[in-house]
Amino acid sequence: MTGNGQGNGRNDSVGTSYVKVDAWERVTGRAEYAADVRTPNALHAKVLRSPHPHAIIKSIDVSRAEQLSGVKAIITSKDFPSMDELKDSFGGELMVNARDLRRMVLADDKVLFDGHGVAAVAATSLEIAEAALDLITVEYEILPVINSTADALKPDAPLLHPDVYTKTLKETPDKPSNLASYVESGWGDVDKGFAEAAVIVERSFDSMMVHQGYLEPQACTARWDNEVCTVWTSTQGTFNGQRMVSTLLQVPLHQVNFVPTEIGGGFGGKIYTLVEPIAMLLARKAGRPVKFVMDRSEVFRATGPGSPQQSTVKVGARKDGTIVAAQGSLVMDAGAFPGAPVAGASMVTFGPYKMEHFKLEAYDVVTNKPRVQAYRAPGGTPAAFGVEVVMDEIAEKLGMDPLEFRKINAVSEGDPSTNGRPLPKVGLKEVLGQVEGSPHWNAPLEGENRGRGLALGFWNGAVAMSSATINVNVDGTVEVVSGHVDLTGTRTTMTQMAADMLQLPPERVSARVTDTASGTYTDVTGGSRTVYTQSQAIYNACESVLNEMKALAADQLKLNEDDIEYADGAFSAKGNPETTLSWDELAGRSRTRGNGPISGYGTSGRLKGAPAFAAHLADVEVDPDTGKVKILRYTCFQDVGKAINPAMVEGQIQGGAVQGLGWALSEYYHYEDGKLRNPTLLDYRMLTALDLPMIDTEIVEVPADDSPYGARGVGEVPIIPPAAAVESAIYRAVGVRMTQLPMTPERVFWALHDDGSEQ
Amino acid sequence: MQPFDYAAPPTLEEALQILSQASGLVRPIAGGTDLIAQIKERRIAPSLVLNVKEIAEANVLDYDPGQGLRIGAAVSCSDVASYAPVAAHYPSLAQACLLVGSTQIQNRGSVGGNVCNAAPSADTVPPLLTYDAVAVIAGPGGSRRVPLEDFFQGPGKTALQPQELLIEVLLPPPLPNSNSRYLRFIPREEMDIAVAGVGSMVAVDPQTNTCTRARIALASVAPTPIRAKEAERRLEGSPLTEEAIREAGELAASACSPISDIRGSAAYRKELVKVLTRRTLSQSLPR
Amino acid sequence: MKVPVRFSVNGDDRDLYIGAHKTLMEVLRDDLELTGTKEGCGNGNCGACTINLDGKAVNACLILGVEADGHEVQTIEGVSEDGTLHPLQQAFIEESALQCGFCTPGFIMSAKVFLEQNPSPSEQEIRTAIAGNLCRCTGYDKIVRAIQAAAKLA
Repeated sequence: MTGNGQGNGRNDSVGTSYVKVDAWERVTGRAEYAADVRTPNALHAKVLRSPHPHAIIKSIDVSRAEQLSGVKAIITSKDFPSMDELKDSFGGELMVNARDLRRMVLADDKVLFDGHGVAAVAATSLEIAEAALDLITVEYEILPVINSTADALKPDAPLLHPDVYTKTLKETPDKPSNLASYVESGWGDVDKGFAEAAVIVERSFDSMMVHQGYLEPQACTARWDNEVCTVWTSTQGTFNGQRMVSTLLQVPLHQVNFVPTEIGGGFGGKIYTLVEPIAMLLARKAGRPVKFVMDRSEVFRATGPGSPQQSTVKVGARKDGTIVAAQGSLVMDAGAFPGAPVAGASMVTFGPYKMEHFKLEAYDVVTNKPRVQAYRAPGGTPAAFGVEVVMDEIAEKLGMDPLEFRKINAVSEGDPSTNGRPLPKVGLKEVLGQVEGSPHWNAPLEGENRGRGLALGFWNGAVAMSSATINVNVDGTVEVVSGHVDLTGTRTTMTQMAADMLQLPPERVSARVTDTASGTYTDVTGGSRTVYTQSQAIYNACESVLNEMKALAADQLKLNEDDIEYADGAFSAKGNPETTLSWDELAGRSRTRGNGPISGYGTSGRLKGAPAFAAHLADVEVDPDTGKVKILRYTCFQDVGKAINPAMVEGQIQGGAVQGLGWALSEYYHYEDGKLRNPTLLDYRMLTALDLPMIDTEIVEVPADDSPYGARGVGEVPIIPPAAAVESAIYRAVGVRMTQLPMTPERVFWALHDDGSEQ
Repeated sequence: MQPFDYAAPPTLEEALQILSQASGLVRPIAGGTDLIAQIKERRIAPSLVLNVKEIAEANVLDYDPGQGLRIGAAVSCSDVASYAPVAAHYPSLAQACLLVGSTQIQNRGSVGGNVCNAAPSADTVPPLLTYDAVAVIAGPGGSRRVPLEDFFQGPGKTALQPQELLIEVLLPPPLPNSNSRYLRFIPREEMDIAVAGVGSMVAVDPQTNTCTRARIALASVAPTPIRAKEAERRLEGSPLTEEAIREAGELAASACSPISDIRGSAAYRKELVKVLTRRTLSQSLPR
Repeated sequence: MKVPVRFSVNGDDRDLYIGAHKTLMEVLRDDLELTGTKEGCGNGNCGACTINLDGKAVNACLILGVEADGHEVQTIEGVSEDGTLHPLQQAFIEESALQCGFCTPGFIMSAKVFLEQNPSPSEQEIRTAIAGNLCRCTGYDKIVRAIQAAAKLA
């Protein structure tokens, strides 16, 4: 079906800010998150983690720990079934092969980052489990630390893995290295392009490892009943997780049931099963349920943070402002195992721009840090940071207004996307038009040390499988059942869309997320695609329901199906509205029809991507004496295709923008020789309410080509522009270009006061 | 947390008795906001945690124009900040109390605990130093008074002996025509540890407009909170001109010996001390 | 060492016998099964475990359970009365001031105590009052608006 931006029904429940259907549980404290699960007779797990960022494990002696009263099971990587091959790769957002995933959970022969799991204990109390860790003796042979991609790529660098050979589209090298892969994209001849340019700007940029910062630490409980394991967990994808542990533990899928609890934030970081295999192995060994809740320092040290990046961006433009050539190189830090988000970053980097000649190189490099996971628009924020800063500078050199420069170069339908394929219908020009007419853009900004910055963001919109089952109860109420984990409102939008399509009041519809045993298969919730693909699945399920209802109505009214029409909860004979059966009456009659109550199943099928664009405006004030940057005003403009629930769309945009602002100003992993020095929410500084103004949003609706409503994914784009918007604002405020993230007060201070001896 | 014993004696005598009889590490707990975090992180492992909040003397909060301010060791930062005489007579102390951690931390954490924890970054300490505060310490042989300036001996190290307890902090009455200000620099606006903090207190002779007393104390730029005495001397006896204030900032910066750590480089901290000294001085000119 | 304690939780007197090293958060969550109080960091840096102790907002993760002896505790479970939501809870729902909801109980506990002391606050005062509570989903905008709306309702 194609998108028309109208939906199928009367649109009275879609496009309104219907209140979140699961809000009541959340404001009363009743919502059950993973750590809230209580299982009788459960043991508590703790993990022994390596203090060394790079070392060979020569031996692990658990004998003393086993003697401690209350200790019921201890595992090391040897408790996993052996795995000689890489086995399956798992997606979600960033691919990982099964062997690497297993080694992320517990180290094999080598520890590869500070905090790498070495052994795990299950005991009758957390205190005993913690005390038992002290009794485990690990003998390490310490190896030199690869702190950065620059260290990793030195010709004589020690290798993290003897079996990693650089993957390229061309030939495989004959020697292993820390460069896991190399990807090149583009078209034309950039050298020729730069030769034609009137203005060229080239700069290098740097960023550091960051964390998704979900408030709920990873947690799960595993319980084996004979051969079947039930796992209650906080995950973005139950089916994905089920498949991961099934492969790691070599247990068939029907013997693992993943039960999703409420999830306290994910942002891409709760896709890999980092806690579940530990709880499952311990529970099997101990013969009792095991609960494993990470503490905050484990979350920082040993989950999957966001990838840092070193980039170089070079752009050339003609006098009229058109971009003639654009070139970039992204060196991305994957952490301990291959798999930095090179694909996502490559796609995002020059996404908003028309370019005659274009070349982008991306490198996936391993270092002694935790293996990265997806973090909201994986790879996009640092990549776009460099590009947008350079675009701002080019506009300045051309004497052009930065918005005017963007308008000249903005992509639209049919232009090649960065992957070379033509873009479907997109709304970048409309977004820029919205900026131009906005109160924020047109408000004067007065005062010393103040500046306004503009930056763009692009996300291609992931596409993956969604599905839903819709059951019509015999009283006419409707249940939407799906395996889609609800991160920030899936149940609400499913309720709205099903109500709209079935032309019923949303109060008569409820939506539930089920476990893998009873739910309908879906891929991971993430990548800004859930509403987009799920809308199609719900449409198809509703269509199936309506067809069955019509068939039943025809049977009951003794008419042909073709003679039945449906509107507003009533099935009636075409041309004879007197002959009618209400939805409820028909639902009641379904009970005795032989086949029982009516239900329908739908999947998303194959949809095109629905790319989304955003522009952000930031007003800042810089304290030149301290380097501190204060955000005075902030507005996000975004094409969302169709806002199914405008308040929830605004909320996602605001949240994404603020994560981006934290990345811009204060968040980073502080490593000293491979050891993480700030694994706390005190020193890993996520912004507080006091650091921010209200975040204004202006929603633009250019419906996507595909899907019933033309709704585009919302979640990823808003994290992309903030860093560059703030940088451009700082530049206009105090005249210094910042090229490193985060732009901490100290960095801004030295940029302003550098006498050559600092920084 | 690993298990420990616990006592909540109702009197000072009993508390001191418990201390003198204890074997192993005893840690008094007032607000506990530093202590519990440290036990959780396994930086310390006390065998006994001694709750001092039941002791009457530790809960005193009293101002007398002739005697000054008494702050019992267990009184929370928010109680100190909202005690009207503090805001009226010791403004920098009220300001600092409202900067410690977050609202939740201020509601629990005590000024006495902030002092005993002896972090170089302790926000309440620079104001206390600028008011020449005195620590009242109870021990087996009775109580003794230690000027707060001599109380700190290093990061986490104080003049307290193992069998002693901090009971009160005393602040003499403020000088007439005086005012004070505490500012700290953090990357965020709250929930942070000072990269640098400066407390200033100045008294001025209204007739001659010269500074009769200046106190400048610094946090997070030395192993302990310190006074910047040369900077103080630069101001005393002179009018508080922009030039004098600027020079005091430079002198304060040369008084400190910061380290480079995850919160900032030594060089940056020195620059911050200059700025914060200037700002606190200009903002503490008596009204 | 186990210690007998008696304190009031959401209006009910509770008698417990608890390990001295157990935090009030552990006692609330594990002994009393009041799991609405959340652990986000365990170190007082996120505010997800904010509760009301004798009329003040405090972090339950930095208080020993034994220290609550003789005191009054209110948790998120005690905020709505007889099934009726508190104006703050209502405002959080209506203003879409929550997404994942993990931080929500802590915000409501902070805001409730704050509004009792300051019924008509400025935006800046609200932001200061909730600066000890981290939210990673909303960017705080709608949370601040919900607290403003609740202040008007009350």
